Amino acid sequence: MVAIADLKKINDFEWEIPKSFRGDMRVPVRVFVSEGLLKEAMRDKSLEQAVNAATLPGLVGHVLVMPDMHQGYGFPIGGVAATRYPGGTISPGAIGYDIGCGVRLLGSQISLDEALPYLDDLATALDRNCPSGVGKSGQLRLSEKELNRLCVEGSRWALGKGYATQADVRRTEEGGQLKGADPSKVSERAKKRGRPQVGTLGAGNHFIEVDLIVEIYDPRAAQVMGLEVGNLALQIHCGSRGFGHQICSDYVRTFQGAVKRYDIELPDRELVCAPMDSPEGEAYLGAMRCAANYAFVNRQVLAHWAREAFDKVLGRRVRNANLHQIYDIAHNMGKIETHEIEGRRMKVCVHRKGATRAFGPGYEGLPDEYQEIGQPVLVPGSMGTASWVLVGTEESMKRSFGSTCHGAGRTMSRSKAKKTIWGEDLRKELEGEGIHIRAGSMAGLAEEAPAAYKDVDAVVDTVSGAGIAKKVARLRPLVVVKG
Amino acid sequence: MVYTGYMDRQTAGCREIEHTADWELHVWAPDLATLLEQAARGMYELSHTHLADGPRVERIFDLPFTDRESLLVDFLSELLFYAEDENLAFDEYRLDFDGSSLKVQISGSLIDYQAKEIKAVTYHRMAVRETERGLDVNIVFDV
Repeated sequence: MVAIADLKKINDFEWEIPKSFRGDMRVPVRVFVSEGLLKEAMRDKSLEQAVNAATLPGLVGHVLVMPDMHQGYGFPIGGVAATRYPGGTISPGAIGYDIGCGVRLLGSQISLDEALPYLDDLATALDRNCPSGVGKSGQLRLSEKELNRLCVEGSRWALGKGYATQADVRRTEEGGQLKGADPSKVSERAKKRGRPQVGTLGAGNHFIEVDLIVEIYDPRAAQVMGLEVGNLALQIHCGSRGFGHQICSDYVRTFQGAVKRYDIELPDRELVCAPMDSPEGEAYLGAMRCAANYAFVNRQVLAHWAREAFDKVLGRRVRNANLHQIYDIAHNMGKIETHEIEGRRMKVCVHRKGATRAFGPGYEGLPDEYQEIGQPVLVPGSMGTASWVLVGTEESMKRSFGSTCHGAGRTMSRSKAKKTIWGEDLRKELEGEGIHIRAGSMAGLAEEAPAAYKDVDAVVDTVSGAGIAKKVARLRPLVVVKG
Repeated sequence: MVYTGYMDRQTAGCREIEHTADWELHVWAPDLATLLEQAARGMYELSHTHLADGPRVERIFDLPFTDRESLLVDFLSELLFYAEDENLAFDEYRLDFDGSSLKVQISGSLIDYQAKEIKAVTYHRMAVRETERGLDVNIVFDV
């Protein structure tokens, strides 16, 4: 058990669990959190899981934990860990089952005044156009050959099929295409699950949301992104569906044997890992990149269906119903990146699980227009509260492997949420606040109630106070579509 | 669907444990085969899976044994795959364990309704323990 007394306060927004806390830790744990959020986090096992994560072989620097942390399975949600590349290890559980899960934000010139009478129609059109729900299949049925192409080409595949614009691709992390994806390392079972699910939302905490931009904090960055107070924006939160889930399951299973072969001892079997330059490690990297590219395409195709819904409902009713891409960024990913660690430039594999890449201004790989302001970071709240647009900073590059928070983070268990909150009551309450809800399951809606999440504003104040992201805009929901 | 959760005094059953983000199930049974069956029933209950009235279907497969925890993960993962790939769930189980593999014969039908999605069965803190009443285990599902 980790107690607050075990943490050393660095400043108002940073705490440390020293390496000496437990004999098997290879690096310290650095926690970006305010005192209030830390007390909240002590109610679950997030920090104990971070200590377990600090035992992975090949770690460098610190294991980091973001203020939206919560207990996961093995690795905490909100965790970041960098392992030496090559020579370090890679852990599928430290990236998660929903490989490539992330958020896409599209902006518009549509004002709330223009759209207000049609928001309910827009909710219905988005719900109809964008398949959602448990195990749902989409409108696309890919052959195995086509799926293999999608895995390698990522967003470029969607561009070739007419589901994307050049600007969409440019404004996606890595251009929507992680290099080194190897479909031959993906099981037949994963491909079978993935073929019918491109362009589907899924269930759980995934959503499509129409938001209103309510506040701008950085006018220059907002101008570059095309965000204006009073206009609508669209968020899409989802990942790689059954394709990614199966890839992670397959490799967590395979790595159970790998840890024995490579004589790796870990405190939790879900943390299993393999050396990155081993056959098992290389195979997982190749397969994981396929799922990451699948997730980029999934959000791209959903954005295409969402644009069609906007056009159908608002096309002849507003001056300009277009949606322009602001950015698409993952928060469950393993990436080979170069960072300055303890005074040396090092190539590392950054595992982010429930944490967002947040590269500062001037970094390679950002679109030209974002070189000056830094990479957009998209932080969705719960469906009744604010979401945020942030940008990465120089400090995030120096102190958090270019990473920051990814959302509000849960604080209430799912079982407690469904015992204390009725989905139908919640739907009425949100609709009373002017939020149009479409949900496949009232039980699922109850589990995702705003009361089950931390205060997203407090999370953003923490990363902003710590300097590992900078506020650009605050959004509030108008339409929420959930599976 | 028969479900024996919330009855700690029974020889076999399961109940949900509080977990911040995911679902955790405590399962107990007198032997490994019954533990697997109870875990399957609990998993369907957590995801609010209801079977349709209609033709019964049967599936038969073998799972290799490496250790008890891996067998549990493999068995439940197999059921998740049937749910997504063929929209099938099962309520009758015949599980024969010969020490080196598990022969599975299960029957069920199409899923009429499933409220919630389970992404995966995890190994997180999983340990099949021997107890006075047989075996027990906690299973964390990623949702």
